Amino acid sequence: MFISPWIIGFLIFALGPMLYSIGLSFCKWDIFTPAEFVGLANYKKLAADPLFVKSIGNTLFYTAFAVPLGITGALGLSMLLNQKIRGITIYRTIYYLPAVVSGVAVALLWRWIFNYEYGVLNAILGDVFGIVNPPEWLGSELWSKPSLILMSLWGIGGGMIIFLAGLQGIPEQLYEAAEIDGANVLERFRHITIPMLSPVIFFNLIMGIIGSFQVFVQVYIMTSGGPSNSTLFYVLYLFNNGFQFFKMGYASALAWVLFVIVLAVTVVQFKLAGRWVYYEGVK
Amino acid sequence: MAVKHLDRVRPGRAKRIRRGLVAGITHLTLVAGAGIMLIPFFWMVSTSLKVPNQVLIQPIKWIPDPIVWSNYAKALTVLPFGLYLKNTVVITGLVMVGTILSSAACAYGFARLRAPGRDVLFIVLLSTMMLPGIVTMIPTFLIFRSLGWIDTIKPLTVPAFFGTAFFIFLLRQFFLTIPVELEDAARIDGATPVDIFTRIMLPLAKPALATVAIFTFMGTWNDFMGPLIYLNSEDKFTLSLGLASFQGLYGTDWHYMMAASLVVMSPIVVLFFIGQRYFVRGIITTGIKG
Repeated sequence: MFISPWIIGFLIFALGPMLYSIGLSFCKWDIFTPAEFVGLANYKKLAADPLFVKSIGNTLFYTAFAVPLGITGALGLSMLLNQKIRGITIYRTIYYLPAVVSGVAVALLWRWIFNYEYGVLNAILGDVFGIVNPPEWLGSELWSKPSLILMSLWGIGGGMIIFLAGLQGIPEQLYEAAEIDGANVLERFRHITIPMLSPVIFFNLIMGIIGSFQVFVQVYIMTSGGPSNSTLFYVLYLFNNGFQFFKMGYASALAWVLFVIVLAVTVVQFKLAGRWVYYEGVK
Repeated sequence: MAVKHLDRVRPGRAKRIRRGLVAGITHLTLVAGAGIMLIPFFWMVSTSLKVPNQVLIQPIKWIPDPIVWSNYAKALTVLPFGLYLKNTVVITGLVMVGTILSSAACAYGFARLRAPGRDVLFIVLLSTMMLPGIVTMIPTFLIFRSLGWIDTIKPLTVPAFFGTAFFIFLLRQFFLTIPVELEDAARIDGATPVDIFTRIMLPLAKPALATVAIFTFMGTWNDFMGPLIYLNSEDKFTLSLGLASFQGLYGTDWHYMMAASLVVMSPIVVLFFIGQRYFVRGIITTGIKG
C-alpha cells in the first residue's frame, strides 16, 4: 500500500504525540523525576501567568500587522511583476531572493542592519532622510516588534510568487470584456482581480497567520525575547518552558492552548471565507 | 461603446503615450524596490570584507577599503565550520532522499489507487498541514528521548521517511495531471503498480520532484529549532547551530559574523539561481486551488 508510510508517520508523529501531549498537560514533569498528575493545575496557572498573557499579546500584535501588510504588499508587487515589460525575469528573481534565504544567517544580518549606531538602516535614515534621532529598533521596547514586522516584509517575495501564479490563471478575456464595457483600472481590479484571486488570498492568509503564530528563530537569535519581554513571542515562551526550565507539563498546556487558538482562528476564517472567497465552478 | 471598441483596435496617440508612461512608472517603482531588497545583501557583503575599524564607524563606509578576504578564512576556522558543513550535508541528504521517496509514494497512492477511506484520509492529511508543528514538539521530543535518540541525527532524519503532508499534496496534484491511459497501457502489458510507479510516474514527475527537492533542501539547511532541541555535542552541530554559537562567542565582531552568515547562506542562493525555473513553474503548475 503506497500511502502506508504516511499513515504510520501520521500515527507516530502527529496523532500519537497529540494525545500524549494532552495527557502531559495534566501533569507536572521535569523529565528527571517521575511525572505527577496535577489535573487542571497547569491551565489554572496559565490564566494567572503575566508572561503568558504578554506573549499572546506580542504574538497577536505581530500577526495583526505583519500578515495584512505582507499580503497587501505581496499582492501589489505581484501585479507589478505580472506585466509584460523588459527585464521582468530579473525583477522577479530579485524580489523573490530574500524569501528563499532564512534562518539564523538572516537573523544575524538583520540584527546588524538594526544596529543603533553603526547599522545601515539608521545610516540611511540619517543621510537620506535627515532623521537625527532614529529609533533604537531592537533595543527599544516600543520599536522591537515593528522592527521584526519590517524584517518580515523583506520576505514578501514568498507570497508574491504565489499571487503571481494565481494572476496568471486569470483568463485575459475577462479583462478585455470589462475594458470594452468601459470598466476602468480600479473597477477591473475590484471586480475581476480580487474575486478571481480570492482563493489565493485566502490561502496566503491562512498560511501567514499560522506562520506568524510560530515565529521563533528571529526572536531567539535577535532579541531573546527582550527588551522587557517586548518580543517574547508565544513559541519562544513555550520553548523556554520546555527546554530551559524543563516544565514539560506546563509547556504541553501552552502547546494545546496554541493549537486551540490556531484552530479557532482557522475555523473562523473558513466560515468567513464563504462570504468573500469565490471558487470557479462552485455555485 | 463603438468608439471605445475602435479605440482598442488601433490605439490613439494619447493612449500610446499613457502606456509608455505607465511602463516607465512601473520600471521606476520596481528598480527602487529592487534596490531596497538588495541593500541588506550588499551591506552583508560589504561588512564581511572590512577591516574591524571600518565596521564600527560613522558615517558608514559602503565600499570596504582595503578589501579583506582573510575575514572569511578566520571566521570559518575559529569554529569547526567544515565539520558543521559535513553534518548539515549528511542530514540534508538523508532528509531529501526520505522526503522525496516517501512523499512520492504516498502521493501516488492518494492520486490513483482505490482503497476504502482514501478520501477521508486525504482530508486528514490536508488538516495536518494546518497543525502547527510546535504543538507536537514536546511529546515528539519525549518519544525520541525514550528511544535514546537524543544527540543523534535520527530525530532529524527518520521522520522524513514517513512523508510530508505538504509535499504529498503537491505531488498528488501533479500525478492527477498525468493521463490515466499511460498506466492502462502499461497494465495491459503486465506491469504491477510498483512498476508503473517507478518506471512511468517518477520519470514523468521530475519537475515536481525537483520542486520538492529544492524546498526540502532549503527547509532542512536552514532548520534551527530541530537541531537546537535534539543535538547537544558540538561535534554534531549543524551550520545553523554553529552560526548561533558563533554569535554567542563573537557577537560584536560583525565582519566575521557577516562572513560566516554569507557562507552558510550561499548554497541556498546558488541553488536558487540554478533551480529558479522550478520554483516559479513548480508553484504555478501544481496550483494551490486544490
